[in-house]
Amino acid sequence: MLAEGIQKMRVVQALEACPGAIVDGKFDRQELTLEIAPDRIVEVCRFLKDQDQFVRLAAVTCVDWYPMEPRFAVVYHLHSISRNERLRLSCRVSGDAPEIDSVISVWRSADWYEREVFDLFGVRFRNHPNLKRILMPDDWQGYPLRKDYPVHGYKYSYPAE
Amino acid sequence: MSDSILSPEPGVENQASEPSTARRTMTLNMGPQHPSTHGVLRILLELDGETIEKADADIGFLHTGIEKECEVKTWQQVVPLTDRVDYLANLSNNLCYCLAVEKLLQMEIPPKAQWMRVMLTEVTRINSHLVWLGTHALDIGAMSMFMYCFREREEILRLFEMFSGQRMMTSYFRIGGLALEPPRGWHAAMERFSKMMPERIDEYENLLTNNPIWTIRTQGVGQMSLEDLLDLGVTGPMIRAAGMPWDIRKAEPYSSYDRFDFNVPTKTASDVYARYQVRIAEMRESCRIVRQAMDGMPEGAWQADSPQIVLPEREKMKTQMEALIYHFKIVTEGFTVPAGEVYQVIEAPRGELGYYAVSDGTTKPYRVHMRTPSFGNLMALKPLLEGSLIADSIASLGSLDFVLGDTDR
Repeated sequence: MLAEGIQKMRVVQALEACPGAIVDGKFDRQELTLEIAPDRIVEVCRFLKDQDQFVRLAAVTCVDWYPMEPRFAVVYHLHSISRNERLRLSCRVSGDAPEIDSVISVWRSADWYEREVFDLFGVRFRNHPNLKRILMPDDWQGYPLRKDYPVHGYKYSYPAE
Repeated sequence: MSDSILSPEPGVENQASEPSTARRTMTLNMGPQHPSTHGVLRILLELDGETIEKADADIGFLHTGIEKECEVKTWQQVVPLTDRVDYLANLSNNLCYCLAVEKLLQMEIPPKAQWMRVMLTEVTRINSHLVWLGTHALDIGAMSMFMYCFREREEILRLFEMFSGQRMMTSYFRIGGLALEPPRGWHAAMERFSKMMPERIDEYENLLTNNPIWTIRTQGVGQMSLEDLLDLGVTGPMIRAAGMPWDIRKAEPYSSYDRFDFNVPTKTASDVYARYQVRIAEMRESCRIVRQAMDGMPEGAWQADSPQIVLPEREKMKTQMEALIYHFKIVTEGFTVPAGEVYQVIEAPRGELGYYAVSDGTTKPYRVHMRTPSFGNLMALKPLLEGSLIADSIASLGSLDFVLGDTDR
């Protein structure tokens, strides 16, 4: 259940249109973070873009909370220029076979951000038209920004697992 | 591999049995070593004569794992790493990171430090736009512009050297304020600079703005609608050149920007010429802000009063026990930052720069993600280039104003 202060916030009230999508929420240091159920993310994003003027997707990124499960937190930073409001959505995805739907159908700018998350963390985005590595070489093995990947890398690029 | 970026469409090469009048496209690499890609960017072009049919950007040549590196350094040690992300606007990166961590710490920065930050960040904006203007004009053929812009840039680099000892990778902003006390004589040096700069901008405009070659090469080139730009993740002067007066310094003011009086230049044509006009106007506005900062610079401390985070004065450290202990703890262990996450944005010269900092309560960042403007801006490369001529594509690429360090980190 959401805390009372969070429940009253405008965005949370608006998101009643997607019942049960919000798993948790926090308002810390003047920033609102909503944890969304991973299978509802596209629905929530489409609602926020079309009905709530969150026209911009500023970034998609990921935080690896190894060894806590669900391991990966895919984080979306939304921005509404007309309302001058920002919002953070977070989806926890489990560590083995991490997959989540792509929001590229909502904002085209998700394209490279999701490729970067795939490249550096190994989270697959379903329905992404071109899910290839973007920063690392195409034939790289392993996902460098995971917590169990050493900072100095491996001398030879053999599988990390 | 059939899905490798290297191999062209299968049908294209098996032309042996087809008549020689069949239309063929040529696959050409632009980059990663190319003077006009402003860094190590590889664009795979499929050309029909001079027209670009397909353009695919391949980035990652400058990826050095800065985000991973941030996780093994203490919070203060990350500051020099941030200099190197957008290496043409170093102080902007420093500022964004320091603001993010200060937001996590919920720390108050004294006004003098804030105003110095504003002044130096605006000088950085001029610096970045000078490099942009020089290289952009050079690509289009106006070679003397490059020399003029870099002449001014020398003055700026001398200013930075005076403040921090370093021309480029200054790391002058630290968590808690500035790295060093502003040097004696800084006001006189800034005075000389701020008197000289507006005249030089007039010189640049004299050379380019009404120049028929410039206008033919840049007007109507690289046009994109505002909706497309926003949807593709573009920010900064490109959005302002498309008509939307969105500037984070006005919308979400940080570091005392709300105390300064400046305009947000906007044009509507959304072509290369409009972006040029917007950036020139931004340089003038930056000069105004620098002037205001110099004239109204508050007195007082240049570092926050936070003994657990900010290093004590050298002399105090040598004579007082508490100062010595604080110094030791801060340097060896680092200070802890309460757990939480923060997304701090600033208006960097290239667009919206955001630092997403996650703390787990220890002395090292748990995750630092840099939402860099060039990464977003480069997503517009494909629609911008496809369908244009190669010569126009050079002008469009210049107007995107990306830096590969910013893109790849």
